[in-house]
Amino acid sequence: MTETNLAMEMLKSLGINIEHLLVDNVAKIQIHQNKVIGLHLVPGLKVEADELSDGVEAQIIIEKGAKFEKPIHICFGVLPESGLQLIKLHINAQENSNSMILAHCTFPNAKQVKHIMEADIKIDANARYAYFERHVHGPDGGVNVLPHAKIYVGEGAEFSTEFELIKGSAGNINFQYEVNAEARSKTEMNARISGTKNDHIQLHEEAHLVGEYSAGVITSHIALKHNAEAIVENTLVAEGPYSRGHVDCKEIVVGNSQAKAIPIVLVKHPTAHVTHEAAIGSVDIKQLVTLMAHGLTEEQSTDLIIEGLLSKKQNWQTLIEEIR
Amino acid sequence: MSKSMLTIDGLYLTIQNKALLKGIGMDIWEGHIHAIIGPNGAGKSTLVSTIMGLPGYKPEQGKILFLGEDITDMPIYERAKRGLTLAWQEPARFEGLLVEKFILAGAANKSRKRAEEVLKMVGLEADKYLNRAVDKTLSGGERKRIELASIIAMEPKLILLDEPDSGIDIDALEKIFSLLKNLKQEGITIVVITHSLAVLNQADHAFLMCCGKVLDKGNVERIAAYFQNKCIPCTHGKVVDISNEPTLQN
Repeated sequence: MTETNLAMEMLKSLGINIEHLLVDNVAKIQIHQNKVIGLHLVPGLKVEADELSDGVEAQIIIEKGAKFEKPIHICFGVLPESGLQLIKLHINAQENSNSMILAHCTFPNAKQVKHIMEADIKIDANARYAYFERHVHGPDGGVNVLPHAKIYVGEGAEFSTEFELIKGSAGNINFQYEVNAEARSKTEMNARISGTKNDHIQLHEEAHLVGEYSAGVITSHIALKHNAEAIVENTLVAEGPYSRGHVDCKEIVVGNSQAKAIPIVLVKHPTAHVTHEAAIGSVDIKQLVTLMAHGLTEEQSTDLIIEGLLSKKQNWQTLIEEIR
Repeated sequence: MSKSMLTIDGLYLTIQNKALLKGIGMDIWEGHIHAIIGPNGAGKSTLVSTIMGLPGYKPEQGKILFLGEDITDMPIYERAKRGLTLAWQEPARFEGLLVEKFILAGAANKSRKRAEEVLKMVGLEADKYLNRAVDKTLSGGERKRIELASIIAMEPKLILLDEPDSGIDIDALEKIFSLLKNLKQEGITIVVITHSLAVLNQADHAFLMCCGKVLDKGNVERIAAYFQNKCIPCTHGKVVDISNEPTLQN
């Protein structure tokens, strides 16, 4: 299969309309296993990629002051049933740049696939960097996903990230993001994950609000069915004067699934303020009977409630603005 | 001539050793508005929860017949599919679930246009609400009106309304009264629980409940005396003093 055909196969597996990704003003980076099979740059974006034996190491620079008309699209994938993909990313969003990255990770046929991402992301002063990552997995759950990232959010910068895995079987996920946030910066980390069958999900998002007036929100919404398990350990440390933070964890468990949440909030400055809420349990009975009184079966009602919980937030900045 | 759409016959319900419904009998007439009034703890909400078949409200004795069919042991959604539904006094909130999706979930006609129409019927502007979530960002009155809109979209035969006026401002209340009339004109049967004389006056028939029993039934004018006297003779010959009833509104 040619690289162009392979790239098209990967994009088609996402189950979305890909036409808008194929136009010239959309920057694209497409990586299948350890090969860069598509690369299209736009002014303000620099990418250097090296193919490794088991993956790709890439340096991505969003140049000072650069602003993009469309999100930068990155597609990672392994189409065969088995394989290892190690992605090493070094990302620098330079001063006053404004970028959004839309990343799709697709493993539609996975039976024994391992996807590891090791990223360091540096967001310079007053830059805005948003990273939305959507996973598309097959029905069998034969995938290990290990996204690990260390993020530095500079003074006055904004970082938002959203991890979505709501289609297919999650497999084993070990997600670890750690943020250090400087003065007057904003950080928002969201994860929305659906676990089924024997999926095992470990989620650890941590933010250190180091600078004064920095703000951070960590939100994780997880729905589990069958025998799936999840452990969520979200940590928010407010050490900067007047820093503000909120941790929100909601998990719905259905069937034999299990969930554990350990929200840690730590305040190290008398003017800092952090709140948290965690709710784990079966589907809310009042929600359930409300929908059943509309004629939906218990299963249909449960699915609709879960769909709502896992739906994309309409405005990433809403919670940030609420806590400030 | 009207016929009984819902017949409740000798209904008894005990929860945690407390008898909440004690032999309730009732006929609900097709195409009419019925009000159920009575003091707090009378069993009004318990009765509609039992009629709807909510979890924990299974009667130990008695029958509920809807259009002649015994629905006493039927699951909630089967009752709803037959045209019986309930609008809650304090409806549930749903994080992330959009108003449009919520309204259309049980709707007979699942088009966006229908969602717009029913929102308009309850006095809400579709473009402001369809893409909002049915969550805590809605006020109590907004949430209640969205619940009503979703109920109308189902095109039910009989609606149980649990205190539709609570948490609703005066302007919105006029909308709800007008809505009740419209629903009646469309042949929909309504049972409304209320503490409000204004709502009671919208009804064709009324039931007065106290202590898990129906004490009186008949025309609205007579039952409305409850609001004027603040007390009524109970079936045991005693006088139930409701003058301190906190939610009583004239």
